Amino acid sequence: MATTTSPPRPDFAKDAREEDYLWTLNFGPQHPATHTTLRIVLKLDGERVVDAVPDIGYLHSGFEKIGEHLDYNQYVTVTDRMNYISPMANNVAWHHAVETLLGIELTPRCKYIRVIISELARISDHLLSTGAMGLDTGAFTFFLYAFYQREKIYDIFETLCGARFTNSYTRVGGVMHDITPLVVEKIRAFLKDFPKTIDDMEKLLNRNRIFVDRTKGVGILTKEEAINRSCTGPIARASGVTRDVRKDQPYLGYEDFDFQVCCAKAGDCFARYYVRMAEMRESVKILQQAIESIPPGPANIGVDERTTLPTKQQVYQTIEGTITHFELVMANRGFEVPCEEVYAATETGNGELGFYIAGDGSDVAYRARCRPPSFIHFATFPHLIRGHTLSDIVAVLGSLNIIAAELDR
Amino acid sequence: MSSLSKVVASLKERFSEVAESEFRGLTRVVVPQSQCFEALTCLKGEFGFDMLVDLTCVDYLNFRDATDRFGLVYLLASMEDNLRLTVRVMLNEPDLTVPSVVPLWEGANWMEREVWDMFGILFEGHPDLRRILLPEEFEAHPLRKDYPLQGRGERHNFPVLTRGEA
Amino acid sequence: MAIELPENVVISKLDSLGSWCRKNSLWPMPFATACCGIELMATGASRHDLARFGAEVFRFSPRQCDLMIVAGRVAMKMLPVLQRIWQQMHEPKWCISMGACASTGGVFDTYAVVQGIDRFIPVDMYVPGCPPRPEQLIQAIIDLQDKIQAEGTIGGREFNTFARQQRKRALMELPIIRTPQIVLPNRQGTN
Repeated sequence: MATTTSPPRPDFAKDAREEDYLWTLNFGPQHPATHTTLRIVLKLDGERVVDAVPDIGYLHSGFEKIGEHLDYNQYVTVTDRMNYISPMANNVAWHHAVETLLGIELTPRCKYIRVIISELARISDHLLSTGAMGLDTGAFTFFLYAFYQREKIYDIFETLCGARFTNSYTRVGGVMHDITPLVVEKIRAFLKDFPKTIDDMEKLLNRNRIFVDRTKGVGILTKEEAINRSCTGPIARASGVTRDVRKDQPYLGYEDFDFQVCCAKAGDCFARYYVRMAEMRESVKILQQAIESIPPGPANIGVDERTTLPTKQQVYQTIEGTITHFELVMANRGFEVPCEEVYAATETGNGELGFYIAGDGSDVAYRARCRPPSFIHFATFPHLIRGHTLSDIVAVLGSLNIIAAELDR
Repeated sequence: MSSLSKVVASLKERFSEVAESEFRGLTRVVVPQSQCFEALTCLKGEFGFDMLVDLTCVDYLNFRDATDRFGLVYLLASMEDNLRLTVRVMLNEPDLTVPSVVPLWEGANWMEREVWDMFGILFEGHPDLRRILLPEEFEAHPLRKDYPLQGRGERHNFPVLTRGEA
Repeated sequence: MAIELPENVVISKLDSLGSWCRKNSLWPMPFATACCGIELMATGASRHDLARFGAEVFRFSPRQCDLMIVAGRVAMKMLPVLQRIWQQMHEPKWCISMGACASTGGVFDTYAVVQGIDRFIPVDMYVPGCPPRPEQLIQAIIDLQDKIQAEGTIGGREFNTFARQQRKRALMELPIIRTPQIVLPNRQGTN
């Protein structure tokens, strides 16, 4: 993409101090354009936004406090509800951190399964965020295209683990149960069909006059600002930060796959949309490689290791399975947890999602801190919107992809 | 990891009381409360840790063999060299104040507000230190270990609307 | 007395006609806070198509709606907003509590989450599930339509009956928790 230099913004805040014709507008917490529950108090000069003060916490549910009361396998159900448009990615992120803390090495098959589900989750995340951005800027058909493909991903997940989207699929040292041929077949069918939809979606919006006018040059974030404000993921990459945890600190064997890190330089809303669309194509590439070369062998670590919950068949038919099951589900027996603290990050659709876990020897985390990308990205919102018009708010919010449950936790 | 060990070595040289440890490939340094701002400034300015990945806190009230009450966690990353470093600052009860790092990293703004909201740690020089997730009238700091999971009844203190009066 | 009617004329009570009109043109107000909101969107989107039941006109302005669908957990900070929106809606109005979190608090038994919105606003229909599938929400809307049909809404007297103003039984049993003040009885005086 071509580089655009941001024009110097007039100092509206300075005018505000001198003039008193400003008026205050309350935006949210229940507003169609926010999609979720956030509130912004805007200072307006006519239609121009002089300042925006976000007020969040309308969905604060104490996720981190629950993390101190549920054990390492149970807490995965709560991470589902964190970024609820790509729950699989959160499952993977949580158990990646737990396995880093416990020092567990996964089986090759499990790594591939996790790569597959996190890439599917990334696609569904990007589909919703770009779709909702299109919806807000007036492209309703685009949203329907996106949602139709999301339903297909839901179907795949439903075949895989029985739930549409709060999956809770991963376990410490493995997954709930192995991937089946039917799922592989469904993913293959999806991969065959999906690139056509991306082409259609891009044809709809990439050169759409209304969409381009509403998003180009709006909400510009420069590279330095993106780094200084801790932005990650598509937001940072749209500003030219070439950073991707999958490449920089490969986890789950991402180094085996051939894919590109998608970047743009403009840093505006259109660039963020564009990076997301490009990332979906890269995800398709990763999926194609992964689905054709899933290594054989067990998906979970063996029963003797006493780290992964055994299958029901093992529990009822073998003595090792029964013992392992009891050891793991009984309070204060299960895992050998060091009194240590780790931070482990994964790249989700929204950016770097990491967990900072403190273990205290018991099977419950002493502290389960989540590094929420939405929270950090929403902090840049007042900076992005200052000087733009009221109608640009939806474009900027849509491009940042704020998920309230992750924002407030 | 060689350049990271260099960073830690020169940090130890400059600040006397810096302690270093490593776990699962993550290097941690513990910086005394009085020197934390200088150490972080030095890490950002001289060693190129230009991103504050996360800022959080741990309450060690019930932790086995813990000597300090709170431990602040600064997770730093450098874009250029692709390094990560964890900086810890230990705090104890009467003096829960550290200098704010918003002048260094703009991204610290909301993270510090969250730590204030959840743990009650004061960041000196923060531009706008208000509660962020909980309502203003909330009194406790819920992520402290002495606060119960179910709360102290705050979630029930609302008027009840019935069909008739709606 | 027999009156000859043409074939295309149907006789009904005005009351049931009114209810019939109301039940087939529900305008939902999506109070979508969390995960259930995504399933609510899926219910309205192409595959499940809520329009088949006359309830697809999502209006985000409470003044235009008669059915509030609370989808997702309601936090302490959000509850005053919810109550205000409920008060802004015009009678007749109904409320569906969608999902485990809105109905009971679900897995979030924490300091910040309201343990069921029915403690603070009236609820007509509960949808279980975390989150409920779109089919379940559609079933809830169909059931609510039956309820509306049975209610008889002309005159709106049903909203003033004593039974509907009663708080839920579960609510009576769970008192508001305050800091307990233990007062020891004076034993010496009794003996």
